[in-house]
Amino acid sequence: MTTIPEEEIAPDIEAGEAVPVQRAARMRPGARHLIIAGVVVVAFVVPVFASSFVTFQLTEVLIYGLAILGLNLLTGFNGQFSLGHSAFYGIGAYTAAIMIHNYELSYLWTIPAAGGVCFVIGFLFGLPALRLQNLYLALATFALATAMPQLLKFHALEAWTGGVQGLVVDQPEAPGLLSKISDDQWLYYVTLIVVLVMFACAASLIHSRTGRAIMAIRDNPIAAAAMGINNSLYKTLTFGVSAFYTGVAGALGALAIGFVAPDSFTIFLSISLLVGLVIGGVGSILGCLFGGLFVLYVPNIANALSTGLAGAIYGVILLLVIFVMPAGAAGFVRFAVARAAGWRRVSPKGR
Amino acid sequence: MRQLTRRTILAAAPAALALSVPFVSARAANYGPGVTDKEIKLGNTGPYSGPASSYSAVPKAQTAYWKMINDQGGINGRMINFISYDDAYTPPKTVEMVRKLVEDDGVFLVASPLGTPCNSAIWHYMNEKKVPQLFVATGATKWDDPKGHPWTIGWQPNYQSEGRIYAAYILKNKPDGKIGVLYQNDDFGKDYVKGVKDGLGDKASMVIVEASYETTDPTVDSQVVDMKAKGVDIFVNTAIPKFAAQAIRKAADIQWKPLHVLSSIGNSVGATLKAAGLENAKDIISDFYLKDATDPRWKDDDGFKWWSSFMDKYIPDGDKTDQGYVAGSSLAAMTAQVLKQCGDELTRENVMKQAAALKDVTVPMLLPGIKANTSPTDFAPLKQVQMAKFDGERWTLFGDLITGAVG
Amino acid sequence: MEQLLEQLASGIANGAIYACVALALVMIYVSTDHLNFAQGEMAMFSTFIGWQLIAWGMPYWVAFAASVILSFVAGVLIDRVLFRPVQKAPILSQLVAFIALFSILNSSAGQVWDYTIKTFPTPFGHAPLLGSLVDTHEAGMVGVTLLLLALLYAFFRGTRLGLAMRAAAANPESARLVGVRVGWMTALGWGMAAAIGSVAGMLIAPVVFLEPNMMIGVLLYGFAGAVLGGLSSPAGAVVGGFAVGVLENLAGTFIPYFGRELKLSLALIMIVIVLMFRPSGLFGRSVVSRV
Repeated sequence: MTTIPEEEIAPDIEAGEAVPVQRAARMRPGARHLIIAGVVVVAFVVPVFASSFVTFQLTEVLIYGLAILGLNLLTGFNGQFSLGHSAFYGIGAYTAAIMIHNYELSYLWTIPAAGGVCFVIGFLFGLPALRLQNLYLALATFALATAMPQLLKFHALEAWTGGVQGLVVDQPEAPGLLSKISDDQWLYYVTLIVVLVMFACAASLIHSRTGRAIMAIRDNPIAAAAMGINNSLYKTLTFGVSAFYTGVAGALGALAIGFVAPDSFTIFLSISLLVGLVIGGVGSILGCLFGGLFVLYVPNIANALSTGLAGAIYGVILLLVIFVMPAGAAGFVRFAVARAAGWRRVSPKGR
Repeated sequence: MRQLTRRTILAAAPAALALSVPFVSARAANYGPGVTDKEIKLGNTGPYSGPASSYSAVPKAQTAYWKMINDQGGINGRMINFISYDDAYTPPKTVEMVRKLVEDDGVFLVASPLGTPCNSAIWHYMNEKKVPQLFVATGATKWDDPKGHPWTIGWQPNYQSEGRIYAAYILKNKPDGKIGVLYQNDDFGKDYVKGVKDGLGDKASMVIVEASYETTDPTVDSQVVDMKAKGVDIFVNTAIPKFAAQAIRKAADIQWKPLHVLSSIGNSVGATLKAAGLENAKDIISDFYLKDATDPRWKDDDGFKWWSSFMDKYIPDGDKTDQGYVAGSSLAAMTAQVLKQCGDELTRENVMKQAAALKDVTVPMLLPGIKANTSPTDFAPLKQVQMAKFDGERWTLFGDLITGAVG
Repeated sequence: MEQLLEQLASGIANGAIYACVALALVMIYVSTDHLNFAQGEMAMFSTFIGWQLIAWGMPYWVAFAASVILSFVAGVLIDRVLFRPVQKAPILSQLVAFIALFSILNSSAGQVWDYTIKTFPTPFGHAPLLGSLVDTHEAGMVGVTLLLLALLYAFFRGTRLGLAMRAAAANPESARLVGVRVGWMTALGWGMAAAIGSVAGMLIAPVVFLEPNMMIGVLLYGFAGAVLGGLSSPAGAVVGGFAVGVLENLAGTFIPYFGRELKLSLALIMIVIVLMFRPSGLFGRSVVSRV
C-alpha cells in the first residue's frame, strides 16, 4: 500500500459525510422516516398558526433550502465546487419574471420553465467545467456569478430584463375556491409542495444506481471510470440537475419577493448559499433546510445585536458554529445520535 | 395524509385570518398603527453591511437625529421609536425587513429606505398595504407618481433632471464640444446619461464616449485615458466620490483639461476634491442642493453650525467629510416636519396628506433658497439645484436656482 | 497606436496592483494549501493601521514597518487562534471560516474608520514618467512587486526554512516525519502572507484610495491573476496579475459595443478559456494522480 496524500486522489472538496448517513439510514430506517414524517406534518400545520410575516419568512427558508440542495447535489454528492449558483438562481428568477411580466403567463408555468432553462445552461456550463478542478473550477463558476449581474444590466437585453431597474412580478393569489387561505399561505403551500417533491426526488436519485455513480465520481474519479462509469456524462448531467434545482428555487424566490433586479443575484448570494451548504451539512439532504434557516435568520440575529456591526457579528457567529459543528448540522446530529447509541465509529469531524 | 392536512388547513384558516386582522383601537380616528399618546414607531432600512455599506452614514444620521428629537421632548410630546434594519442593499432582504417592520413591529410608516433597487422591491407592497413610504433616499425619477403609487413619495432632485441641467449648461457654454460621460453601471449612472442625452435633444450626438465603470473596478484610469485619446473636451463625471476623485487626479496627471462637469454625487470638497488634490479640481463645474459640510464657505452659516454641533453630540465618531450624514439628517428633519404638521391626527392617510402639502419647507442643510414643495399631484419635494464653480479652495455658487425638467 | 500604448501602460499599472495581491494569495496557498478569501480584507485592515499610525504623527517608513510587523504577528495569531481549531475540519468548512473572517474585518474597519475615502501617502511621489504614460508611484509599485517576488524566490528556493515550509504544505505527514514542525510552518506562512498583504495594501491605497471596500474588486482580479498564472507559482501569479490588468483594459477600450459594459465578464471568460487548455494555470504544475 502506497501512502498518497489524500488530496491527490480525491478532489479537494471533501464531502464524505454522505456515506455514514446512508449507513445510519440503513440501520434505523424507521426512526429516520418517523422524523421526516414529523417535519412534513409540522411544515403543513405551521402557517395555520403563524403570522403572515412568519409564513413569508418560512417560504423563503424553503426556497433557500431548495437552492442549497441544488448546490449540494453538485458539491456534496458529486464533488464539483461552485461559486456560481447565484447565477442559476438569478436565471431562474428572471425566467419567471419575464414570463409573468412580459408575456403574462401563469406563475405555475414559470416553475418548470425556470428549471428547464437552468438545466440547459447548467449542462452547457458543465462541459467546460469538466476540464477544471478544485480552485480552477471555483474561478470559472465565480466568473459566472460575477458576469450575471452585468449581463442582466446589459443594454441590449433591456427589453427583456428591464435593465438596471429590474422587473416587478405579479405575485400569485390564492385561487378563488380557497378564498379562506391568504396569499402568503397559498404561496407557502405551493412552495412547500414543490420543495417536498424535489427533496423526495433528490433522495431517491441519491439512493439509486445513478446516485451511487455520482458519488463514486466524487470519491475517486479514476476508480469510477475504471468501473465503467461515464464520468463526463454524469458530471455534466449533475451540473444540469443542480442548476435545475437552484433555478426552480430562483423562480419561487421571484414569486415570493415580487421583484427581480440585478443587485439581488450577486456573488454574495452564492457565498450565502455556500455558507448554508456547509452549515447544514455537505452531502446531507435534510441539512439543506437547516442551511436555509441559517441563511435567512442569522443575519437578522446579527442585526438585532448591533446594526452597525452586523457584518462582524455575523462573522463571529459563523466562526462559532464552525468551531462547534465542523461538519455542519447534519454531521453534528449524526455525531450526537452515534454517541447516544454508544457508537465510537463516527467522529464529529465527519470522518 | 396530504388530504387530511388540506382539510385541517381549511378548517383552521378562518381562525388564522381573524387573528391576522389588526386590532383596531377605540381611538382609530386619530391614531394609525404604531402610534400611541407617548410614542410613534418609525421604520427604516439601509445598507449597514455588504458592498454598499459606504452609504450606511445615511441611516446612521437618521437614527442620531431621532435621538436628538427625543432628547428635546419628541414631536408634539411623543417620543420617536426609530427602528432601522440592515438590508445589505439586497432587494429580497429589504422586502423581508420591511415586512417585519410593517407586520411584526407594527411601525406607523417607513421613512427613507435607501437605494433604488431596494425601494423598487417594496414599492408595490407599501402601496398595497397603504403604508407611507416616505421620502425615499434615491434619486430615480419614478417616485413622483401620485396616481399610480399614492403611498410613495420621493425626496431629492432626480438624477435625470441633473443630467438635463448639465446638458443645458453645456449647450449654453460650449455648444460645439465633444462630450464624454463617465457613469456607474447601475440605475443612477444610467439615469444621468439619459438625462444628459435627453437634455441635448437633437444634439445628443455630441456625446462621443459613454464610459461605464463597475464598483469592483480598482480605478477608472483606463476610461479617462480613453476619453482624452478620443478628443473629448467636455467631461461629465457622474461617479461616486472614490472614482470621481480618481478621474480628477488622472486627468491632471495626463495634463488633460476639458470642461469638467462633476455631478452632485461626488462633489464634496472633503470627500472627493481633497483626495484628488484641490489644485487639480480648479474650475470644475457642479450643482448642489445640500450644503457641502466640508466647504469652508459655510463655516459661519447657521445651518452648518447646527449640523456641526449635532454631529459632535450625537455622532462624535462620525467622519464629518461623509456627505451621507448631511443627507441622512436632512431626510429625518423633513420627516419630522411632516409629523409635526400631522398634529394629533396621526393616521397614515394624514401623513400622506401632509407630505403632499409641503409649502416652502426648508431644513438646515439645504442650500439657501431651496425649498421643499409638494402638492397632491407633485410628489417630488426637492426640484431645485444651483450651479457652482470650484476656485481651488471652495465652491462659488453662480446663476439662479434651476428647477429640474423631469418629474 | 498612441491609444494602444496608453491603455497598455494603464493596464500594466493596474496589473501591478493585481500582481501584489496575487502574490499574497499564492504565498498563503503555497504554505497552507488554501486560498484565503479574507486576504484582501486583511490587507485593507493592515493599511488602515498604517494610515492610523501616520495620522498619529509617525513618519512614513516607521508606520510602514510597524504595519508590516503587526500584520505578520496578526497573521500568525489568526492561524493559531482561529484556524488551528478547524484544521482537521473539511475544506469547505475552512472556506466558511475565511468568509467569516472577511465579514468581521470588513465590518469592523467600517465601524472604526468610517467609509469615506482616505488618501495614503507614497514614498515615490506622483510625478509623470515616460511622457506621462505612468507616474512614479506606479513605476515604484511595479518595482516593489518584482523585488518581493525575487525575495520570495530566494527564500523558497535558497533557504532551509523555505524548503521546510513548502514541504509542510505539500505533504504534512512526510514533513512531520523528517522533523518539520508543520503547525509552525503554517503559522509562518500566514504571517508572511499577511505581511505581503500589508505591503500590497499600502502600495495600492495611494492609487485607489483607502476605504473598507477597497480590496473587494482588487481581490477578485488578484484571484483571477493568481489562478491564471498557476496557484503554486509566485512568478506565475505576478505574470497573471499583469496579464489580467492589460487584458481587461484592452477589452474595455477596443471591443466596441459591449466591451466596456461587460469587460469584467470578458476578462473572466478569457481566463476560463485559457484554463481549459492549461488546467493548472500558465505556470502551475499539474498534479499527477495515482489510484
